Amino acid sequence: MKYIEEFRRHDLAQHLAAAIEKEVKPDRGYHLMEFCGGHTHAIFRYGVQDLMPPNVSFVHGPGCPVCVLPIGRIDNGIQLALEQEVILCTYGDLLRVPASGRKSLLKVKAEGADVRMVYSTQDALRIARENPEREVVFFAIGFETTTPPTAVAIKQAHAEGLKNFSVFCNHVLTPAAIQNILESPEVREMGSVSIDGFFGPSHVSSIIGSQPYEFFAEEFQRPVVIAGFEPLDVMQSALMLVRQLNEGRHEVENEYTRVVSREGNRKAQALVAEVMELRRSFEWRGLGLVPYSALQIKKTYARFDAEKRFQVPAIQASDVKGCECPRILRGVKKPTDCKLFGTVCTPENPMGSCMVSSEGACAAYWSYGRFRH
Amino acid sequence: MCLALPAKVVAIDEQNDMATVALGEVRKDVSLALVDGVQLGDFLLIHVGYALNKVSPEEAERTLRLFAEAGL
Repeated sequence: MKYIEEFRRHDLAQHLAAAIEKEVKPDRGYHLMEFCGGHTHAIFRYGVQDLMPPNVSFVHGPGCPVCVLPIGRIDNGIQLALEQEVILCTYGDLLRVPASGRKSLLKVKAEGADVRMVYSTQDALRIARENPEREVVFFAIGFETTTPPTAVAIKQAHAEGLKNFSVFCNHVLTPAAIQNILESPEVREMGSVSIDGFFGPSHVSSIIGSQPYEFFAEEFQRPVVIAGFEPLDVMQSALMLVRQLNEGRHEVENEYTRVVSREGNRKAQALVAEVMELRRSFEWRGLGLVPYSALQIKKTYARFDAEKRFQVPAIQASDVKGCECPRILRGVKKPTDCKLFGTVCTPENPMGSCMVSSEGACAAYWSYGRFRH
Repeated sequence: MCLALPAKVVAIDEQNDMATVALGEVRKDVSLALVDGVQLGDFLLIHVGYALNKVSPEEAERTLRLFAEAGL
């Protein structure tokens, strides 16, 4: 398939590996955080770590929307389905995430709640049109990549005058999270996490562009390379980060130029800005409350906001005892440091969100078996 | 969650702002609400039923050349 297979070529991977080997300085470490679960997945699936010199290491970041959604928000979704008896539509990724009381959206569906998996916001709109007598709520999650389709759906529902459709908005923002990690005590003072540079998001950046990262590359003096999700993209970006670090530079560079520009997708940005606005604060699993890190639906579209339309109380729910997801999401611990990993917590029976989502660090470690060496 | 795949435009439905894209043997109808100026034969980045962006053939070639030249 074009634009996929040529970015996975074995001969070019060997070539890039040799180039990285040649450029790294033996007397220092290169700790590179990949923010996105998509990068974590590519690194593990294709064995990119094994092609790196020993002093180049990957630190896994929190860039998995399913992983960072706090349990209380999933409890809210379950309440909407069970108590308000709405048709709750959501992406498949969210269905198996453990909620309070050993529940999940999939389990309450099995018990009779009307939870439906959709591929697209267009499917959720169709379900609303087909069920005019029922309330249909779209449980929206995702980073900037996934937000514009939600904004389009709200605008479309408004234009069509759909009266039974609303959105439970949990869209979160990438730059705020990266900044939060760089400001965390573990990175700033304790020095327990070293992060020398960042792989910038691929598809988030296709929407927001490379410009939003310029502030913290400068402020925190860390290089950022926007990297595609294919293995050769990750390797080329690692090479670019190594070069920047060797030369003492901390710039935003773009490896994924076939899709990402500096300004991003202006049309998508304008649609999101018309329908949504910043929340003052939002809770992330692992990071806690992060200021201005999420979006809510604007007042002008309030009738499509499930949080205005129904009772959606703030729920404080605690993580499963012993689950290290919060520290794993901050890059402080590795999945193999968690006592539950591979014992009671596996992809078949996940206890924590990082094992549920295929993009989570725990699922990547487990599925590709690389922790076994 | 942010996974998206490049697929080729094989038909355009201007009235509904939709396109049919092909990814190998798979065909899928996607919304063009987020991109302008789409033409037959373009490659689009597809995510949750929407085209997010066009894929630039020139930039893709340039990146592949960078891989080949690395370290030379």
